[in-house]
Amino acid sequence: MVTLTIDGQKITIRKRSTVLDAIKRLDIPIPTLCHHPELTPFGGCRLCIVEIKGSSRPITACTTFVRDDMEVITSSPQLEKLRKTTIELLLSDHPNDCMICERAGDCKLQELAYFYGIKENRFSGERRVYKNRDGNPFVERDMEKCILCGQCVRICDEIQGVGAIDFAYRGFRTKICPPYDKDLNCEFCGQCVAVCPTGALTGKMWALKGRQELNEVDTICPYCGCGCNLTLVVRRNEVIRVTSKTDTINEGWLCLKGSFAYGFIHSPERLTKPLIRVTTKEHSAFSVQQANPTLPSFDPSVSPLAKGGTEGGWGGDSKLQTPNSELFRETSWDEALDFIAKRLKEIKEKYGSDSIGGLSSARCTNEENYLFQKFMRAVIGTNNVDHCARY
Amino acid sequence: MEETLEKVLANYRNNEGNIITILQDVEETFGYIPEEAVNWFSKKLDIPASRFFGIATFYAQFHLKPKGKNVVTVCRGTACHVKGSEKLLNRLHIELDIPPGEDTSDDLRFTVEKVNCVGACGIAPVVILNKDVHGKMTLDKLMKDMKRLRTDE
Amino acid sequence: MNNSDIQIKVCTGTGGIAAGGEEVLSSFKRILSIANIEASFQKKCSTHKVGCRGFCAKDLLVDVIVDGAKTTYQYVKPDMVERIVFEHIVHGIPVTEWQVDEDFHTFHGKQTKVVLSKCGEIDPEDIDAYITLGGYEAARKALTLMSPEEIVEVVKSSNLRGRGGAGFPTGLKWDLGLKIKSDIKYVICNGDEGDPGAFMDRSVMEGDPHSVIEGMIICAKATRSHHGYIYVRAEYPLAVKRLQLAIDKCYEKNFLGKNIFGSGFDFDLKIFKGAGAFVCGEATALMRSIEGKRGMPTPKLWRSAEKGLWDKPTVLNNVETFANIPRILLKGADWFRDLGTERSGGTKVFALTGKVKNAGLIEVPLGMTLRKIIYDIGGGIEGDGKFKAVQTGGPSGGCIPAEMLDIEVDYENLAEVGSMMGSGGMVVLDATDCMVNTARFFLEFSQAESCGKCTPCRVGTKRLLEILERVTSGKGKEADIELLEELSHFIRTMSLCGLGMAAPNPVFSTIKYFRDEYEAHIRDKRCPAAVCRDLITYSILEEACTGCGACKRVCPVDAIRGTRKMPHRIDPIVCVKCGTCFDVCKFKTIMKS
Repeated sequence: MVTLTIDGQKITIRKRSTVLDAIKRLDIPIPTLCHHPELTPFGGCRLCIVEIKGSSRPITACTTFVRDDMEVITSSPQLEKLRKTTIELLLSDHPNDCMICERAGDCKLQELAYFYGIKENRFSGERRVYKNRDGNPFVERDMEKCILCGQCVRICDEIQGVGAIDFAYRGFRTKICPPYDKDLNCEFCGQCVAVCPTGALTGKMWALKGRQELNEVDTICPYCGCGCNLTLVVRRNEVIRVTSKTDTINEGWLCLKGSFAYGFIHSPERLTKPLIRVTTKEHSAFSVQQANPTLPSFDPSVSPLAKGGTEGGWGGDSKLQTPNSELFRETSWDEALDFIAKRLKEIKEKYGSDSIGGLSSARCTNEENYLFQKFMRAVIGTNNVDHCARY
Repeated sequence: MEETLEKVLANYRNNEGNIITILQDVEETFGYIPEEAVNWFSKKLDIPASRFFGIATFYAQFHLKPKGKNVVTVCRGTACHVKGSEKLLNRLHIELDIPPGEDTSDDLRFTVEKVNCVGACGIAPVVILNKDVHGKMTLDKLMKDMKRLRTDE
Repeated sequence: MNNSDIQIKVCTGTGGIAAGGEEVLSSFKRILSIANIEASFQKKCSTHKVGCRGFCAKDLLVDVIVDGAKTTYQYVKPDMVERIVFEHIVHGIPVTEWQVDEDFHTFHGKQTKVVLSKCGEIDPEDIDAYITLGGYEAARKALTLMSPEEIVEVVKSSNLRGRGGAGFPTGLKWDLGLKIKSDIKYVICNGDEGDPGAFMDRSVMEGDPHSVIEGMIICAKATRSHHGYIYVRAEYPLAVKRLQLAIDKCYEKNFLGKNIFGSGFDFDLKIFKGAGAFVCGEATALMRSIEGKRGMPTPKLWRSAEKGLWDKPTVLNNVETFANIPRILLKGADWFRDLGTERSGGTKVFALTGKVKNAGLIEVPLGMTLRKIIYDIGGGIEGDGKFKAVQTGGPSGGCIPAEMLDIEVDYENLAEVGSMMGSGGMVVLDATDCMVNTARFFLEFSQAESCGKCTPCRVGTKRLLEILERVTSGKGKEADIELLEELSHFIRTMSLCGLGMAAPNPVFSTIKYFRDEYEAHIRDKRCPAAVCRDLITYSILEEACTGCGACKRVCPVDAIRGTRKMPHRIDPIVCVKCGTCFDVCKFKTIMKS
């Protein structure tokens, strides 16, 4: 254990901690842009500079180990002036289009400019300009806003273990991009978007959905058995974005589905009422099709999400094979449940319990799945129960 | 191409190389770093392609596009600068019709590069023509050399 | 005359080869064999390739040594060889008109060659030549007779300081390296000499590679390391070749490998070629490069001696530092310490270039004054012009004006006046050099080589350069000098590594000593030295113009009009100020203002 003094406060902390760890432990505010508690220290933004007694120049707290009897000052007129100049320089190579930027109000750079009162910039000069837009379906990459903090690179490499993006080129021309500066083509887990402190990386699906009047609703991801914690960002009753808090079982990390596959929630193709199939043996889908050749063909062997020759593509534009009114009719929950109960009883009586099998889904909660198998075993009276994830 | 790449890979494995030495061999063989080569090595070594790209674009030795048939390197070190290498460089761009910011002529016959000090400052200004080091270069001599290289084909 | 022993040494450093060293050498071999010297004249003749002697301006230099008496010829061409062989070698009469002048002798006479003592004397590709002059004696002594602690003590008391630029006491560094316990430790030689205008390390690597290897072997024993790397920059292919050859010969003789000299000590050495990045001269960036990564300096959570290459203890030193070690061990720490000043022992190799008469590589004891170096050894200013300033330390250094010519050159003195020793580059400037443009030139270099990791260097140096470009193109604003100073201070304080920290030094020192030039550029839109393109105009003195048309022929933009024998005129609107006409005009009728 090491004991040091920060801004006059004494603190004892583990030996391999950095000065920044100690500062944060004491809850002293200090600006950072390239720091992330889960990633290796980078030391690039230079904002966490502190003055250490005995050292001739300020050093970055994130890359300095604590030592016994260290005396640290986190803020002084000189330090603040240096920090302000750093922000000024970053802004001099930035589009500064907060008016239309998705992250306005949620951007670390903007917040720092606010606190340092940067109204005019003494430094104007060449700015990086990238004309091409990345065509990938999920991540909007506006690299002119990138401050090269490297968090996205480190997270993709150290946490995800993928390394889809890396620093490229050198000096002022440095750019974080996929190989050969092509479109991003990775697993789109969304981690890079989650850690980006500016509007350089945003979700394409978030565009123009709003930046204010937001509510947060915590829930669990419905997709797989991991049960990651999600925070739905809701505006006027629409989920416009999904994030995840860091003090959760998944530490704030999500996958493609958790990050970007929330489009189903407000999809116009989503079923909102129970439907009962009209066809009987006499009126099979085939015979209905024959009678009405203009109907879109319903091929039960093809997945309902198949592109099927329509515009298709990303973003859920593919036309679901929506059931048409010839095959289904809307009904009420009461009628639907009565119908199910009646038919199950009939089948059970005529053919026996074991003629019925039940398939549940990983997307149901544990509690729902428990009820389902209880229903199958205790009510239907069969052990023929399985789960979509098993096959 | 695969055969050549296998040789480079074997060299890397036998001599404890790293990505930089692989790319140096690729640059030596092909004159630039083809994307196919990067993807091939990425697969073979299970190293993300982005890392290769990051290294290829960091170091001045590596080129992403094929170089011209003749490579003219003008030293822009201090001594050479003081002895007028900037004029030589500018004149080359004009003579060979290479726009500023680019380094290779459209007909791919010449690539003009800058280098930050070859270390032969005693004989400044220095111009390297296809790996031959020429010292005390003058505009006159340089134009004659360009003429010679042009007609040599 | 009879039974003479004659040695012919031809310079084959990069400069020598460029001046035709290989052709002259083969010329000698051919003519000597045709003349059948040995049989016909009982003269034993041997030709040798040697490394760079340092006075490259006189290339090609050839030594003809007859029974120990040396004659040096300058500007040697292949067609001169025949006469030298017949008059000097056969008949014993040197060809006086081709011999070096007085300035050659003053150039070398005032120097103290330690590191460069074998450069130009031995064939760098011949390990036996090195051994004959005492080579590998020091390594043998270190490995078989001395303990690591004893070696470190000798280096400490020699007062040797890092020759790469920072001047950190070498003995202290080795001591730290020795004290760290680890199964794997590394010794690295920094041969990434990237300073433009510096070629000290190149000459040593090409001319005397074994001294570097021997130094590393001794360091390995002193720090108990068994693996070493020499990082050579890509732009030095000859150095790579000579070093590799030297390493191969060392393995053959078991000066490297297992159980060296039967001492039980193992040491393996490899070369790593750089790939073209100045920033890789920075220690952490160099190590990342060897690890196969981008050369971006990493934060020094640990000292390199504790965790360096692949997180193992690493001792990293410059080429020249290692080259000094064998001699220190053989001649003693006291000898080395006494050569220099109180704070720094030994000599330093400098690359003296620029507007000086005798440009080349020199080696002088630390403590010699700048005046002596530039005037006594360098022969004074070219064309007998007036000295303006000398830039020491390359792009990380600063300029030193005439008032300070009598300072004694050492690490602290140079730093005190706002410059630094750096790797040893010394560029002499005269009245035809613009100090603002010089600062811009150096900053352009530093900016281009910035790795881009930290904001102060990546964006800061870019903005600093833009301000300088504004000033040199006549668009400077009144507050620009203060802005330059503030931004320079910011970059120096906040940068992550040495490149960024030192990049503003040329700006600092030129503003300090030549503020008036900045003011002229900004207020009067005038460049006193007539260098900055946008601030000068080229015009032809009509009275003096002969109408020869030479300028018109070379003008790349057809800005010159005139008929033969009539005075020509330059159209100022079309003129791009490239200066080509100024250079070709034999009658000096073109004026720059």
